Amino acid sequence: MAGSADADFKTRLQNWIPKLVLSPSLAMMMVFVYGFILFSVYLSFTDSRILPSFGWVGWENYDKLWRLSHWETSLINMGIFAGLYIVICTCIGLGLAIFLDQKIRGEGLLRPIYLYPMALSFIVTGTAWKWFLDPGIGLENVMHTWGWTSFEFDWIKNRDYAIYTVVLAAVWQTSGFVMAMFLAGLRGIDNEILRAAQMDGASNWNLYRRIIIPQLRPAFLSAFVILSHLAIKTFDLVIALTGGGPGRATELPATFMYSYTFTRNQMGIGAASATIMLMTIAAIMIPYLYAELREKR
Amino acid sequence: MGFLDIDNATKSYGAVEVLHKVDISVQEGEFLVLVGPSGCGKSTLLNMIAGLEEITSGEIRIKDQVMNGVHPSNRNIAMVFQSYALYPNMTVGQNITFGLEMHGVPKPERDKAMHEVATLLQIEQLLDRKPGQLSGGQRQRVAMGRALVREPDVFLFDEPLSNLDAKLRVDMRTEIKKLHQNLGTTIVYVTHDQIEAMTLSSRIAVMNGGYVQQLGTPQEIYDTPANIFVATFMGSPAMNVMPAKVAMLNGRPHAEVATHDGSMAQLPFSQDNLAAWDGRDILLGIRPETITDMDGADRKSSNIAQMTNRIVVTEPAGSDTFVSMQLGGRDVIARMRSDAEVAAGQDFDFAVNMEKAVAFDPESEMRIVP
Amino acid sequence: MSQATQDTAIRTGRVTRALIYVVLILFSLFYLLPLYVMLSNSVKPLEEITGGGMMNLPQVFTLEPWIKAWSSAQIGVEPTGLRPYFWNSIKMVVPAVIVSTILGALNGYVLTKWRFKYDTILFGLMLFACFIPFQIVLIPMARMLGLMGLAGTTWGLALVHVVYGIGFTTLYFRNYYAVFPTELIRAAQIDGAGFFQIFWRILLPSSGPIAVVSIIWQFTNIWNDFLFGASFADANSQPMTVALNNLVQSSTGVKEYNVHFAGAILAAMPTLLVYIVAGRYFVRGLMAGSVKG
Repeated sequence: MAGSADADFKTRLQNWIPKLVLSPSLAMMMVFVYGFILFSVYLSFTDSRILPSFGWVGWENYDKLWRLSHWETSLINMGIFAGLYIVICTCIGLGLAIFLDQKIRGEGLLRPIYLYPMALSFIVTGTAWKWFLDPGIGLENVMHTWGWTSFEFDWIKNRDYAIYTVVLAAVWQTSGFVMAMFLAGLRGIDNEILRAAQMDGASNWNLYRRIIIPQLRPAFLSAFVILSHLAIKTFDLVIALTGGGPGRATELPATFMYSYTFTRNQMGIGAASATIMLMTIAAIMIPYLYAELREKR
Repeated sequence: MGFLDIDNATKSYGAVEVLHKVDISVQEGEFLVLVGPSGCGKSTLLNMIAGLEEITSGEIRIKDQVMNGVHPSNRNIAMVFQSYALYPNMTVGQNITFGLEMHGVPKPERDKAMHEVATLLQIEQLLDRKPGQLSGGQRQRVAMGRALVREPDVFLFDEPLSNLDAKLRVDMRTEIKKLHQNLGTTIVYVTHDQIEAMTLSSRIAVMNGGYVQQLGTPQEIYDTPANIFVATFMGSPAMNVMPAKVAMLNGRPHAEVATHDGSMAQLPFSQDNLAAWDGRDILLGIRPETITDMDGADRKSSNIAQMTNRIVVTEPAGSDTFVSMQLGGRDVIARMRSDAEVAAGQDFDFAVNMEKAVAFDPESEMRIVP
Repeated sequence: MSQATQDTAIRTGRVTRALIYVVLILFSLFYLLPLYVMLSNSVKPLEEITGGGMMNLPQVFTLEPWIKAWSSAQIGVEPTGLRPYFWNSIKMVVPAVIVSTILGALNGYVLTKWRFKYDTILFGLMLFACFIPFQIVLIPMARMLGLMGLAGTTWGLALVHVVYGIGFTTLYFRNYYAVFPTELIRAAQIDGAGFFQIFWRILLPSSGPIAVVSIIWQFTNIWNDFLFGASFADANSQPMTVALNNLVQSSTGVKEYNVHFAGAILAAMPTLLVYIVAGRYFVRGLMAGSVKG
């Protein structure tokens, strides 16, 4: 659209309006996202306790953070949780997608069943699994009542195994989504390539291993990015399922941040933990977004 | 001053200049075609005339009024797009009158104009349908109706026939030509199809790489191309261009060209000033239809040269037979009559109409002008 | 993904196919299990559950847990059931969905049809905002809401959700409008239509599908949110998810599991209903921007 100095009124107006329309959203972004990020990061370098305070303390909060066993626990838990969550979701998602892709009757029924958990709040999911896994009234108790009295399944109350219950509930919620992504990827593969490979004598196993799965690389990447970002943000599920317990057995960085900021009145440390969460996500998201946007232009 | 003046128009995107000082003066009622390969700048130029793209330097004037910076809707132009760009959620009638509606024309007048145009284009029965229910040809007519109803000073067409199949394309081409004849409107038409350019235009601007390679009537472009690009772009099959040497024989400049076995054919030029090129290399341009058999040669020509050469491939196409041979080390095509007695591998006596031959400077690629 | 069966060149033997069906059905049982548990246990008297009957069908059918969950269960200090908090969620969700969808549509329109320098970078900034861990904005947002006088109100929550939802809605509309023919916009410009006229008369009427996707996605996400509700709402304005969590976590007295399950289904019902009715659009929302190509 013309915009030179001698543009007529209508042209000039039409040049300004789009930018005006975009500006409220941009302003909101700048203030509520990036401004707030800067604020929180700044707070992590201050002596804030209950309320924000602006006394500079340098790296002190971060020093304290890394020496806190709670933080260390939350990181270890995050490692276990994220690792298992991403790998299991990917495997289940890929497997279900490949199976569903085999001209299955009733696919129209199965797919929505696999996906519906995504429509639920993590609180609902946590609540459902919480009582199901409770040894007092849940699966263990049911098995005992059915006669299998030696059955044990008290992971959710067990300090060493509780984190795996979180993995279980999280996988239940999200694996359908991963399946949907892989299914879409599979359906985008050109059938002619498959026929050519079959003429070359490839078995189904080889077909999948050497040709189809490599072509799913974009889906793998997307799945990894989305799952890892969900993993880092996991908060609601833990609160509902275990409350962070037993003890600190299912503490994650998100729950750590919340408790230190709002319950333990250690806002500076809380802000520091949030900053670290942000850095981790940024390290994954920024390269991914950059690559995606460069092509989208 | 013309009706539409494109005065040294230049377009740059940042540091990259994509249109270089285009200078064309269009008279009222002319049908100007901008033709060239993809990326040559023809659509950019059209968008600049429309006001959809900003002009970097130079001026565009319609009826002597400078249009730089004027909003497209204030330029009194109308445009037919390649995809027709019909508003999918509106009926044909609403599509046609949308522009009038935006300009504040009251409903009774809008409807009157709509019916006039619909009658002219024979689309009255389609007025209540939506674009999705129309065929390609019908959509084209609606798009033209939308443009006509504005009674603009200049009509702009952006490759309107590219989306049609071959037969429909020929039919619609004729319709556009008839419309121009009946209404006498000024048209700027962009296409990459050189047949459309030749058949529709009163003048052609051949473009390449952001430059106007040549501006002229179809006949001028075809018979006297300014350079090799124009020569090979216009005409199908393309003009044969081959290396040759100028030699004087009997006081007349000839083109010396190697045939299939290395022996030289001597083809006399009608263009006398080529004598100054004696002994130098040139590029010789001969159109396929000027190479025929002796019986089929143009009887009105005063310069038919005979040449014997070996036929490599024959391609009978029904209306003609295309014959290929080696000349000057290049594959050269001749368009013969369909009943010419030719066979692959045969040594044949060709007749070359040297009155139509052109010579190019091999370094500048420009035609050597008589 | 809308075809019931799909043409693939792969052929499988009968034993393999039988195995595939078995696995698929087993997994569907896995996914349906918690739903079954919630539904069946929400209509049982408490003794059946505590007596080891969690997986059984109800022997005695009672709607009492549902009534209790809705209107009389103890949430925090008030025995009001989930009803008032349901309405809190509605009051929060409806304005947030409407505003964020409209803004997303306008933003997508600007970013695709009215290009200008740096617009891709600006889009990238908006997109990145979708993925930040919201912990990083909790503290300043709490302060800001206080300053604006919106602390502890559903309007405050609505504002929060608008701000953090715009990135997604803009993404959806932007991708949708990117493949919308630009020639239509140009034709409309030549016809004399301005920015808003083009949006209103030409783009919006063709935006049905993506508007539904955006609305469904926003509704689901905002309704299901917990973190913002827990951080910025007070006892009166908290949304249903926070109230549900309070209900379940109450450690005093007898744990009424059947009431908890009924409450969970009540909280899940709106989004589940949306999923059942418009699942196709739900899937499209999930896919948008996450799979290449």
